[in-house]
Amino acid sequence: MSLVLTEEQELIQQAAAEFLKERAPIAHLRALRDEEDPTGFSRAIWKEMAELGWPGIPFAEDHGGAGLGMAELGVVLEECGRTLAPYPFLSTVVLAGGAVARGGSDAQKREILPGLCRGETLLALAFQETGRFDPWVIDSKAEKTGDGFCLSGRKTFVLEGHVADRLVVVARTSGASGEREGLTLFLVDPATDGCELTRSALIDSRYAARVSLSEVVVGRDAVLGEVDRGAEILDPVFDRATAALSAEMVGLASEAFERTIAYLKDREQFGVRIGSFQALKHRAAEMFCELQLAQAAVLDALRALDEDRPHAARIVSAAKARCSDAASLITCEGLQMHGGIGMTDEEDIGLFLKRAKAAELTLGDAAYHRDRFARLTGF
Amino acid sequence: MKDPGAASIEAFRSELVEWLRVSCPASLRPGAKPTEEDRAAWQQAFCARGFTTPTWPSEYGGGGLSKAEARVLAEEIPRVASWFPVASFFGTSMLGPVLLEFGNEEQKKEHLPKITRCEIQWCQGYSEPGAGSDLASLQTRAVRDGDHYLINGSKIWTTGANQADWIFCLTRTDPSAPKHDGISFILFDLHQPGVTISPIELISGASEFCQVFFEDVKAEARNLVGELNGGWTIAKRLLEHERAMLSGGTGRPSDSPRARKGPPPAPKSALAESARPHLGEAEGELADPVLRHRIAQWEMDALCFGLTLRRSGEQARAGQGPGPATSMFKLYASEMNKRRSELLMSVRGAAGLGWSGDDFEPLDLMETRGWLRSKGNSIEGGTSEVQLNVIAKRVLGLPD
Ligand SMILES: Cc1cc2nc3c(=O)[nH]c(=O)nc-3n(C[C@H](O)[C@H](O)[C@H](O)COP(=O)(O)OP(=O)(O)OC[C@H]3O[C@@H](n4cnc5c(N)ncnc54)[C@H](O)[C@@H]3O)c2cc1C
Repeated sequence: MSLVLTEEQELIQQAAAEFLKERAPIAHLRALRDEEDPTGFSRAIWKEMAELGWPGIPFAEDHGGAGLGMAELGVVLEECGRTLAPYPFLSTVVLAGGAVARGGSDAQKREILPGLCRGETLLALAFQETGRFDPWVIDSKAEKTGDGFCLSGRKTFVLEGHVADRLVVVARTSGASGEREGLTLFLVDPATDGCELTRSALIDSRYAARVSLSEVVVGRDAVLGEVDRGAEILDPVFDRATAALSAEMVGLASEAFERTIAYLKDREQFGVRIGSFQALKHRAAEMFCELQLAQAAVLDALRALDEDRPHAARIVSAAKARCSDAASLITCEGLQMHGGIGMTDEEDIGLFLKRAKAAELTLGDAAYHRDRFARLTGF
Repeated sequence: MKDPGAASIEAFRSELVEWLRVSCPASLRPGAKPTEEDRAAWQQAFCARGFTTPTWPSEYGGGGLSKAEARVLAEEIPRVASWFPVASFFGTSMLGPVLLEFGNEEQKKEHLPKITRCEIQWCQGYSEPGAGSDLASLQTRAVRDGDHYLINGSKIWTTGANQADWIFCLTRTDPSAPKHDGISFILFDLHQPGVTISPIELISGASEFCQVFFEDVKAEARNLVGELNGGWTIAKRLLEHERAMLSGGTGRPSDSPRARKGPPPAPKSALAESARPHLGEAEGELADPVLRHRIAQWEMDALCFGLTLRRSGEQARAGQGPGPATSMFKLYASEMNKRRSELLMSVRGAAGLGWSGDDFEPLDLMETRGWLRSKGNSIEGGTSEVQLNVIAKRVLGLPD
C-alpha cells in the first residue's frame, strides 16, 4: 500500500484539522486543566467526534463502525496530536475496544461496540501492574468459582479508567507473572463490589486510574475470548495501539517542530533573527530529518497492520522507537530554542514536551521497542 | 489486467525477455564463465539498445524507456546475465541529466551517445585547493581565444581523473562579476598537452582521486554548456543529481508481487549475522546488550530511511508537493554508511585491524578499507554540514 494518503484519507485529515482547530485547540486542553475538569475531556465534544464517525473508524459496520482501518484512524490521531486533544481514542477505541472487537462474542460486541461508536460508552484496558511497560508481568489473579471467576490484584496507569463504563481487566488464570500464557480478559463493571478506582493526574493533563480488585466476582459471561489465551488478543491490540499512539506522536512532534521553526524566524537577538545562527540551524535540520523518518515509519506501520502483513510487529516497533526518539528530541530542543519563555506555563511548547514524555513511556519506550525489534529480527 | 499501462508493461516485458534470450551469449549466463569475445559482443548489443541509460531519449542513444519499463529491465537482466555493462556514473548520473536539460542539440548528439556506449569516461572538475564547500570561489580561468577557451588553474580531489578521457569543469570566465555570476560550465578533452594529472593516495591506500593542473589547455567554444557566466545554475543542478545518486534514492528495484512468491522469509539483520562468527554466537539474542542495541538502532534507521525514500518518490509521483530535498537523503545515507562501517569495525575486533598480508581474510581486509573509505561519504558531494545548511535554508526557510 502506498505511503501517500488516499483521497478519502485526505478528506478525513482536512475534516479533522478543521474540527480540532475549532472545537479542541490547545486552549481547550488548558481550560480543562485549569478548571480541574474531573473527566479530563468534554463528553459533548467526544459525541461530536462520534457524529463525525471517528471512534467507530476501525469497527465493523455491523457494530455501528465505519469499517475502515488503522491508516484512517492514524490520520485522525495525528491531527489530535497537533492540538494535544485529550480524547480517549487510545483507551476506549484501540485498547479496550480493540480487545472487545477481537476477543468478544457476538453478544458482547453487540452489547458494547454500538454505544462506543456513538460516543456513549467509554472503556479502559486494565493490564499494567509495573512502572515500565512489560505486557506479561501480571500478578492479578482470577480464580474459578462455581459459575464464574473471582478477581484480585492491582492495576496502575489504566488510561481513562476514571471514567470507564466498562473495564477490560487482564488477570492470570494460570502460570506465573512474566509468562505469556495463562492470561484471561474479563469485562468488569467498575461499580462491582470490591472494585475500587483512584484517579491520578498525569503530567500531560490527562488522567489514568489505579484499580484495586479485591475479590471482585464476575460471571462466566464476563470472559472475553478464551480462558488462558488472552495474549492472543492482546498482542495484535498492543500493536495497533502502539501504531496509533505513534501517529499521535508524529502529529505532536510536527506541530512542536513547526512552532519552533516559526520562533526561530521571529525572535531577534544580537540584532538578527536567532534562526540565522548555524548552531540552531543545524539542529533544526537534524530534527527535520528525524521527523521525516518517523512519519514514513508510522505510515507504513499503520498500513502493515491493515494489510495483516507478516512481521508487521517489527515495523510497529521501529515506528514507536523512532517516534519516541523524534518527539523527545524535538520537544526538548524546541523548548531549549525558546529560551526562558519555553520554561513558562504560558508558552505551549512545554505542553508538547509533557505529552511527548507521557506518550514515550506508554506502551514501551524506545529502548523497549529496540529490544523487541532486535528479537523480531532474529538477534 | 486493469489498466492499459500494466498491459503495455507486460508486452514490453515479453519483448525484452525474448531479446535477452537471443542477445545474451551463453558464456554470460549465470554460472558460466564469460569469454572475452562474448563479453564484447554482449556489451555492443546492450549499449546499442541504450540499456546503460535506459530512460534517456533514443535519439541520443538512450533506451527511450519509461521509468516503469526501466524497472522491468532492472528486474529481468539479472535473471539472464551474470554480467552487463554499466556506464560510469559521472556520465550517466551527473553530466548526462544536465546535458539533457541545459545542453544544445549539437552537444546532446555529440556527448550523450558516447556515455551510453561507455566510450568516454568523464570526471568532475569542481573542487579546487582553495574552493571546497565554498565552491563558487573557484579560480580556474577560462579565457576566450578565437574558437577556443584557454584553461589555466588546478582542480583537486578529482575522482578518477587518471582514468578519465574528458572533464566537465567549472571555470571562472568573468573575474570582475560577483562570484556566482562569473562561472561557466565547460567540457574538454584531458588527452592534450598542458594537462598534468597526479593521483593522490587516500587513507584507505587507494588512489581514486587526483590533483589536475591545466596550463593553456584548449576547450572548444562549442563545448560551453548553457550561457557564458551562467554555469552556477548548471553546477547546482548537477550536485542535486549527484546527491540523489549518492543517497541511492533513485533506482531502487521494484518490489513487484511477481518477484515474491510464498511467505516472506523471517527478517534477518546482515550486520548481526556478520557479527556472529566474531562473537562466537551461532544463534539467539546477541549477548552484548550495547552492541545489540546499536545494531538494532542501525537496522531500524535503515528500514525507516528506506521507507522515507519510498514515500518521497510516491509523493513526487502523486504530485503531493515536493518531497524533502535530496540533501536530506545525501546526509542520511552517508551518515548511515559511516555508522555501519563503524559497527563492522567494533564487531570484528582485531580482525579488522589488518592492513595487508595472508594473516587476514580478504573480506576483512576489504571491509577495513571500506571503513576508511566511508569517512569520505560525508565529505564528497558536499559535506554533511553543507547539507544541513541547505536543508535549513531551502527546506526550512531559516534566515541567512
Ligand atoms: C572521496 C572523495 C571524492 C571526491 N571527488 C570529487 C570529484 O570527483 N570532483 C570534485 O570536484 N570534488 C571531489 N571531492 C571534493 C569534495 O567535494 C570536497 O572535499 C568537499 O566539497 C569539501 O571541500 P573541502 O575538502 O575543501 O573542505 P572544506 O570546505 O575546507 O571543509 C572543511 C570543514 O569545514 C566545514 N565547513 C565548510 N564550510 C562550512 C559552512 N559554511 N558551514 C559549516 N561548516 C562548514 C566542512 O563541512 C568541513 O567539515 C571529493 C571528495 C572526497 C572526499
